[in-house]
Amino acid sequence: MKFNDLIEQTSEWLKGTGPESDIVISSRIRLARNIDGFKFVDWSDSDMKEKVAKISKQAISLNSHMKDSLYIDMADLSPLDRRFLIERHLISREHAVDAQYKTVFISSNEIVSIMVNEEDHLRLQVIQSGLALNGAWKIMKNIEKGLEKKLKFAFSDEWGYLTACPTNTGTGLRASVMMHLPAIVITSQINNLINALSKLGLTVRGFFGEGTIAAGNFFQISNQVTMGSSEEEIVDNLTRVVKQIVSQERGSRRFLRVRKKDIIEDRISRAYATLEAAHIITSGETIDLLSLVRLGIGLGIIKELDIHKLNKLLMLIQPAHLQKLAGAESSSSERDIKRAELIRERLKTKD
Amino acid sequence: MLCDICKKREATVHLTEVINEEVNELHICEECAKSKGAQMQQHFGIADLLSGLVDLPHDSLPKKKRIHIKCPSCGMSYNNFKKIGRFGCADCYETFKRALYPLFKKIHGVSYRAGKEPGNRENKRPLSLKPVIAKKALKPGPDIEDPQALKARLARAIELEEFEEAALLRDKIRAIEMHDRETGKG
Repeated sequence: MKFNDLIEQTSEWLKGTGPESDIVISSRIRLARNIDGFKFVDWSDSDMKEKVAKISKQAISLNSHMKDSLYIDMADLSPLDRRFLIERHLISREHAVDAQYKTVFISSNEIVSIMVNEEDHLRLQVIQSGLALNGAWKIMKNIEKGLEKKLKFAFSDEWGYLTACPTNTGTGLRASVMMHLPAIVITSQINNLINALSKLGLTVRGFFGEGTIAAGNFFQISNQVTMGSSEEEIVDNLTRVVKQIVSQERGSRRFLRVRKKDIIEDRISRAYATLEAAHIITSGETIDLLSLVRLGIGLGIIKELDIHKLNKLLMLIQPAHLQKLAGAESSSSERDIKRAELIRERLKTKD
Repeated sequence: MLCDICKKREATVHLTEVINEEVNELHICEECAKSKGAQMQQHFGIADLLSGLVDLPHDSLPKKKRIHIKCPSCGMSYNNFKKIGRFGCADCYETFKRALYPLFKKIHGVSYRAGKEPGNRENKRPLSLKPVIAKKALKPGPDIEDPQALKARLARAIELEEFEEAALLRDKIRAIEMHDRETGKG
């Protein structure tokens, strides 16, 4: 697999399949692991980082899940290509800076990615479409089992897996679910929900862009603590909570469809019309409008689009993706024109 | 610089007092510092507040520069760990062990692990479940405990900023002192 093959394909987790995929876009499991006997990354010298990169590469390339995977040395990538991987959720923002000795392995369907020399020696990630944390955890367990044949991970009987940051110690596991919750936001229930979740030891963040602003009402919900609960308990707990939120979102969507029919149809149809007509559009506005159209698909108001196509658009309209598609770097104002063009074209085509 | 109080000796102690949102800087000599000491202590922070509550003997109070623990494997000092919030290597966990119980409790609500362990471990040990080290040491009840020993442990807990344990020890010392007073021992 080659780097530029990525742009042509849809990440497996964006395909809009899997349980509750109208509301739950994707489920992700991340594990933090360190190799026994080596200092943690930030405290290592270059020789040590190089050695960690080398032995990790040997172990990962032998892993049955990583056959035909893409191996990337971060230092070889242009800033645009790094940004492209961040937008695709294949690497973290941290992994794109100080790139020396940082590498990443990406499975051919983009379900698995393994970052080497991030904050921990290994950061493994599995993403699935829809609400599928359990499935993602099963894949992860298998990958780890394979790696353990070659690598010994730092572990203590008392604390569990040892990580650079004390917030990851224990399981080193972060389970997160990306949800689209427009109806909960429109009916002003979102703050109550966020407060309730924080009491359950869960964190809510915006999915797009930086910081905490949830552009387009896309939220990422994840476990905060990694000690005192087993991996299965963490996954189960989050799954249960997400199911509750899904039913709350469904209830709110029903309310909108029945009680606020005209208002909601107006907003959704105008959003769609703007996307069809615009010649200049920022990514922020696009995400907000696509969010409404996505709700429209869920409510049966918009029939000419499906969730898969919409998810794909959400990915493609991001700055680095637009530039990769165009094959050239461009300024922010040039991109706003390109973006509008891309949206008009993609909305017209049937597939 | 001369002492702000006696204006005679060289100022070697530099203090910042915050009282009612007003910041005062004091530069004083060691002797004046001792006499002002009792008065100043209350503004020093949690460590001093906690120790003040149980009348610790003066010499067991933590000194300003108190922690010199360093990880033998990677050289990370405890102070540096506190500053950057990241361990230097796996051995840091053992080195800073005592300070980690309250830290993990603060972050995770508990300070014990659960879940899977590596499949490739040599000499697999049985799953250790919920070690209650802090609690074990602090069994309630009027069992015979030397208040002096408890106070020494309290001083150490404060030194390592294990405030949770310190608070428990403080309560225990208070209970013993109360008990002694009631039974006429104190």
